[in-house]
Amino acid sequence: MSSVLSLKHVTKRFGGLTAVGDVSFNIEEGEIFGLIGPNGAGKTTIFNLITAIYSITEGEIFFYNKKLEKLKPFQIANIGITRTFQNIRLFKKLSTYDNVLTACHKAADYGLLDTIIRFGKFKKQEKELNDKTAELLKLMGLWEYKDMVASNLPYGLQRKLEIARALALDPKLLLLDEPAAGMNPEETIQLMELIREIRDKFNLTVLIIEHHMDLIMGVCDRIFVLNFGIPLAQGTPMEIQGDKRVIEAYLGKVEGNYAEGK
Amino acid sequence: MSWVYISGILILSGINMLTVLGLSLLTGFTGLFSFGHAGFMAIGAYISATMTMRMGMPFIPALLIGGFAAMLAGLLIGKLTLNLKGDYFCIATLGFGEAIRLILDNIQFFGGARGLANIPTEGTTTLTSVVLINVVAITFLVFIIKSRHGRNMVAIREEEMASQVIGIDVFKYKLMSLAISALYAGVAGGLLAHYLGYIQPIMFKMVKSTELTIIVIFGGLGSVSGSVIGALLLTFLPEILRSFYDWRLVVYGAAVILIMITRPQGLMGGKEISLKGIFNFIKKFINKNKDKEEVKS
Repeated sequence: MSSVLSLKHVTKRFGGLTAVGDVSFNIEEGEIFGLIGPNGAGKTTIFNLITAIYSITEGEIFFYNKKLEKLKPFQIANIGITRTFQNIRLFKKLSTYDNVLTACHKAADYGLLDTIIRFGKFKKQEKELNDKTAELLKLMGLWEYKDMVASNLPYGLQRKLEIARALALDPKLLLLDEPAAGMNPEETIQLMELIREIRDKFNLTVLIIEHHMDLIMGVCDRIFVLNFGIPLAQGTPMEIQGDKRVIEAYLGKVEGNYAEGK
Repeated sequence: MSWVYISGILILSGINMLTVLGLSLLTGFTGLFSFGHAGFMAIGAYISATMTMRMGMPFIPALLIGGFAAMLAGLLIGKLTLNLKGDYFCIATLGFGEAIRLILDNIQFFGGARGLANIPTEGTTTLTSVVLINVVAITFLVFIIKSRHGRNMVAIREEEMASQVIGIDVFKYKLMSLAISALYAGVAGGLLAHYLGYIQPIMFKMVKSTELTIIVIFGGLGSVSGSVIGALLLTFLPEILRSFYDWRLVVYGAAVILIMITRPQGLMGGKEISLKGIFNFIKKFINKNKDKEEVKS
């Protein structure tokens, strides 16, 4: 197994606030890696650092042992890292189909001139894009909703569509930011299955931020815990469940908080 | 009304239409508002007029050179300002448009504030040439929109952050959109110069830019047919109202306000008129009548 993504001493400061402090972890190929921590722990900031939406203050990020530096967000997507957002960011007024079709654009390389000539390369590649879109939508169980405007989809399906859109780029690493937020337990279980399925089907490595502990514990191979931007623990779900510091971070200290509590 | 008068208005609406089509790509499909498109028209007008008057160049190449000059200006200004977000870009275009006008005001080579006169009008901008150029422009525009390039532009309009994350080079596509729309405006400027026979910097004031943007919004953002209809209606309206001159701009304003209140999404609201759509509509209409007859019997 080779390392897909590794963070080395990554720090991000906003003015005087350290949002992420000295975080290092390593994700192996084919792994489903969980990133957890209480609200405001800096999990999404890490996603934004990986996808170059924020710039790193200190430290380095490696993708397949190649250092990521001076890349713009769209270039990060091109080398094979895509993500979803905590607050869903779909192309709201477009249909489900067009959402995925737009994201497939990387599979074609015809230029502006080809769109005006409209034969040969253009026709062939447009057909490929459409085939790919159809395949993806069917795989994700979104085919029957293909003509629905994205913002009219039920919440769970919007999340699914966002994942489908990310998969349209054939990523090697998929970052999911709270994919189960707002889902009921049943949907969460389905999502778990789906994440495993797409990992196997697309040979993906997955990094998940999630608050649903049953999902995290059920699906992740390894977990990294963050608290106030500082790494707290790292290990298998079993190890994390038994880790005292993690329980403290989530629930508070046993004695202290009970005494103060109502 | 004489045919000369009507064809004159048609030519003017065609010229407006061409600019509006380009602006529609930028504003309606890429989501960037511009209040400086009169500046691009001015560049096209002055360059192409210089080409025909001073260099003795034929009309069509001169028109294209004017268009490309405007496109070049678009690329330059885009490179400098497209990193600005939303409203700030809008202000930058406003500044650009006014700057172009003031620069032209002060260049003696271009006649300063008096402008250029005696531009050849014989056999240059005719109704036929305007219609032909518009047909080509519409075809190209629709082709671009219905390709991955157009889809990428729409994606940027819808959700810029998500577009980046799916690998769209947002800056490049904004620049492309601005350059194409500047090209359209430049060619339209050239047509205008060769229709009127004279040009002055004062023709390309901010009011002109605003008028163009109003037409795009009036027609409906994200609709090519909306832009076409909007350009025709809003160029004709002031002319029809010419008999009560004092009030015509009030009526014009009221018409725009009315459409914004009743249809905030614009005349076409992002929809297109297509042959298929018309066919479906007729089919539906016939079916409806059939149903009614069946109910009656």
